[in-house]
Amino acid sequence: MTAVEDRPDTDASSAKEIGRDRRRKEDQRLITGRTRWTDNIALPGMLHLAMVRSPFAHAKIVSIDTEAAKAADNVVTVLTGADLGEAQGVCINAWAITTEQVTPTHVPMPTDRVAFAGETVAVVVARTMAAARDAAELVDVEYDELPAALDLKKSAADEVLAHPDLGTNKSAFWKFDSEEAGTGGNVDQAIEKARGDGIVIEREYRQQRLIPAFMEPRSTVVDPTGEQITMWSATQIPHILRFALAATTGVPESKIRVIAPDVGGGFGGKLQQTPEEMITFAVARRLGKPVKYTETRSESLMTAHHGRDQWQKLTLSAEKDGTVTGLKVELTADLGAYVSLVGGGVPVLGAFMFNAIYKFPAYQFNCQTVLTNKTWTDAYRGAGRPEATYAIERLMDELAAEVGVDPLVVREKNWITHEEFPFTTVAGLEYDTGNYEAATEKAKASFGYDELRAEQQRRREAGDRVQLGIGVSTFTEMCGLAPSRVLGSLNYGAGGWEYASVRMLATGKVEITTGTSAHGQGHETAFSQIVADRLGVAFEDVEILHGDTQISHRGLDTYGSRSLVVGGEALVRAADKVIEKAKPIAAHLLEASVDDIEFSAGRFGVRGTDQGLAMAEIAMAAFAAHNLPDGVEPSLDSDATYDPVNFNYPHGTHLCAMEVDTETGGVLMRKYTCVDDIGTVINPMIVEGQVHGGLAQGIAQALWEEAVYDDSGTLVSGSFVDYLLPTSADTISFDVQHNSTASTTNTLGTKGVGEAGTIASTPAVVNAVVDAVRHLGINDIQMPCTPERVWRAIHDVRGSGTTDTEGAAMPHFDESTGMQGTTDRTDGANQ
Amino acid sequence: MIPTQFEYLAPTSVDEALAALAEHGDEAKVIAGGQSLLPVLRMRLNAPEVVIDLGGIEALRGVREDGDALVIGAMTTHHAVLHDALVGEHAALLVKAEHQLADAQIRHRGTIGGALAHADPAGDLGAPALALGAEFVIAGPGGTRTVPADEFFVDLFETAIAEGELLTEIRVPKHTGWGAHYEKFVRVAHQWPIVAVAAAVRVEGGTIAEARVGLTNMGSTPLRARSVEEALVGQPATEDAVASAAARAAEGTNPPSDLNGAADYRTHLAQVLTRRAVLAAAGA
Repeated sequence: MTAVEDRPDTDASSAKEIGRDRRRKEDQRLITGRTRWTDNIALPGMLHLAMVRSPFAHAKIVSIDTEAAKAADNVVTVLTGADLGEAQGVCINAWAITTEQVTPTHVPMPTDRVAFAGETVAVVVARTMAAARDAAELVDVEYDELPAALDLKKSAADEVLAHPDLGTNKSAFWKFDSEEAGTGGNVDQAIEKARGDGIVIEREYRQQRLIPAFMEPRSTVVDPTGEQITMWSATQIPHILRFALAATTGVPESKIRVIAPDVGGGFGGKLQQTPEEMITFAVARRLGKPVKYTETRSESLMTAHHGRDQWQKLTLSAEKDGTVTGLKVELTADLGAYVSLVGGGVPVLGAFMFNAIYKFPAYQFNCQTVLTNKTWTDAYRGAGRPEATYAIERLMDELAAEVGVDPLVVREKNWITHEEFPFTTVAGLEYDTGNYEAATEKAKASFGYDELRAEQQRRREAGDRVQLGIGVSTFTEMCGLAPSRVLGSLNYGAGGWEYASVRMLATGKVEITTGTSAHGQGHETAFSQIVADRLGVAFEDVEILHGDTQISHRGLDTYGSRSLVVGGEALVRAADKVIEKAKPIAAHLLEASVDDIEFSAGRFGVRGTDQGLAMAEIAMAAFAAHNLPDGVEPSLDSDATYDPVNFNYPHGTHLCAMEVDTETGGVLMRKYTCVDDIGTVINPMIVEGQVHGGLAQGIAQALWEEAVYDDSGTLVSGSFVDYLLPTSADTISFDVQHNSTASTTNTLGTKGVGEAGTIASTPAVVNAVVDAVRHLGINDIQMPCTPERVWRAIHDVRGSGTTDTEGAAMPHFDESTGMQGTTDRTDGANQ
Repeated sequence: MIPTQFEYLAPTSVDEALAALAEHGDEAKVIAGGQSLLPVLRMRLNAPEVVIDLGGIEALRGVREDGDALVIGAMTTHHAVLHDALVGEHAALLVKAEHQLADAQIRHRGTIGGALAHADPAGDLGAPALALGAEFVIAGPGGTRTVPADEFFVDLFETAIAEGELLTEIRVPKHTGWGAHYEKFVRVAHQWPIVAVAAAVRVEGGTIAEARVGLTNMGSTPLRARSVEEALVGQPATEDAVASAAARAAEGTNPPSDLNGAADYRTHLAQVLTRRAVLAAAGA
């Protein structure tokens, strides 16, 4: 993997936009809602869908009686899987992680058996949304309940089968071994040696199940009335979705147009080809009319794919002084009921990151993916890398405690020093740049590390009720998915390139199309800044078009912190082609030799003279085409498809101080400092927003969020009453800083930032909580670190703070609370 | 999500509302701000045929003095209660609880009467109402009656308000000069309390002369911690003395187990939070 060759850059003085705090040009319409959210779309004659969903985690479908629903007012029809047949297509898994992977067929509406609570068994089509919802309650489905595979470890042992016909819950086993790969030594030998004369840390960590909980619920509109069938969907992946629709329904790809209009968040949760999209598509085709389906929040929490859900068995070996010698990872990962689009690829993405920034001489990664009767899992902000980072950063703190040194000392002893880049890791990746020492020094100073350590010592000695803990996370990640060859070697079903085009309009304005698909990131602003500098045009003159397969016809969409580092590079290359196409025209008009044309700050000048023409003038000349050199086409428009040669590797040092109330188990964040290296920053304000949001999401995994099922496979945390998302009232002001080293894997020197905060913060917070009570004999608290778990760990009532969460919701909205149709109280306003 | 279809009635007087209740019986639900009812309707956990909105009854809004008591109209919003000068002076405990109730948007819509009549044991106002010895004025076809707080909360989401009746006023005895504190324990700010403790104390010369303690979410109704109250009287407002009394906070409680904690954890919390609430109320 080599660096991209250096290319002529616009001179430094012309870089007016890159690095500037531009307010996001898209925000006014997004925040006010006066925009194209999918659910805002209303087409003439449009019908509305409501899904009839299984209340059972696993059951045979005995019969579906749709007659009463069909007879209801304003109902057009009710369709089952049997009615739609093969026209409904299938939901595909694009990443079979092994050739032997056991993959249940995922029909959008099954006809014989449901495999998770919330699965759709029938769809009501009505003239209004209310009528569809009303009629959905009239569909009478008879189920024959089957035993459900719910507990991950028990499911891995095939105690109960999630899909009896498959004969096993074990989907795939994926392994990486550094000795076999030639990238390092034998990990079992390293561990054996350490058992004799060194240190062996063995831990088992739980990555709880999380719900992406994007702000805009998923919505899909399909219009089958044109020559192309048009689907608007709240998706991160319009291009991949079009491919999947075509590949599984028999409709030619050229007959499908997919539009992701403004999309309100995704976090990986909209990186999916969903059953609901397939059903909506099939119903529209069947009826020949536009149809819309918008999920409720409850449906979203229950059926949109979940994230994480792993058990991580970890063995780290080291010498007595803390020098690491080996790391062995044994993962069990819950796929849920089906193997989703990326599916088992999510834990595999983590396989290359457990060794993190440390020089492990031997490494082995094993992952068993397991089918259960729960909601399917897939990518969620970080996808594989948060799990890996959590494991290694927790382990490094444990190693430090074992050696008896500060957690930063044991890290420094083992990390790659800045002189050693580029560095090929034991997992086989080549890290291009970074400076872990500098980021850590800067973070320590800003955090007041030594002072907080001193306060921690005082509190411990005084036996304060409130103890202080300091957590460290010196994370790195691989982002910018991805070199197509690497994806191919991992058996992924597509490439990782990205596309951009530049359209030079006659009036000097510029239209950009990108194959990335923004859903809240601010592409329209950041990409405009890049183009403005590259072409020397005004920021306001650049329009970014995306999310429509008819407008940006090529693309691989947005996920894995790829839009800037891959899509941005495609954009730079397309813009550079515009400049090259403009030069002969400029030379012709200026009566100079092409070799004497210099482009700088939006102006084509003749070397050694003061003559020159602006980009807009060349654009107009190309448009008029009255006076072009022979053989030159009358267009400056250019495009580029860029396939990255390497990932890039943001890193950072995150320091967190947590106060733990030893009496209640309550935790309170005191300070959070991060110094990230994300390479060149295009828009510091957008970056700060990404880091803030990422931190909040990662902190939320550490402290608050958990998708909990009861013993019958019902999602208990099925509303925001019980699935605890933090608000600004629950977080503090973060101290966000940077220590940038330009990436050498792309022209602009950028690295990804969309996932950094989430990946880094979770272990920093848990390390801090554990650190606050380590002197009480505690070395782990299971996530989320609820007050109850912390309290139990301290008081050793049940052991180590690894209690299961009670499978019972607070009863505020439960129908069993006796609120049915009675008049004996003024129902109203508790909260 | 949208509710099933219902008829919407907006009476402008209590008599009109009572008549509507009499007419529609158990097909009707009363809405008094809607911060609990609307989610239930939207999730289709309930499907009343008629919704009677008390929002148009001006007579049910506002706070006034009546001798030794404050009279708070059932349709007074949380926001209005929170910022009412009379409440601040004579029932500081209510202010402390209202201040932590949900969020600003909900406090502007939700009402004190709606919250109390809803009788969620995790609601923030039941415990203060018990601690302050509030009385509930209930109007019905046969006139009005007054129910003391100790008899008002019957069970989970169940109160002394009978079929065909409406809660119209909450009478709160003045606790002028009392110290007050509401100690609420949550994981995130917008959450219902896992456990909360409402405490009002009157301290004379460093000694606790009178004490009232109410518990939130420690059983199927808000509860009054009488044994703590009794143990506090005559004690100095010191950490040790208050802790000793607070150790009795969970006596007679039956806390739930749910996602946020098992019953034994809540029992522990009740003791800790009671100590903290009383000490804060006593200014110690």
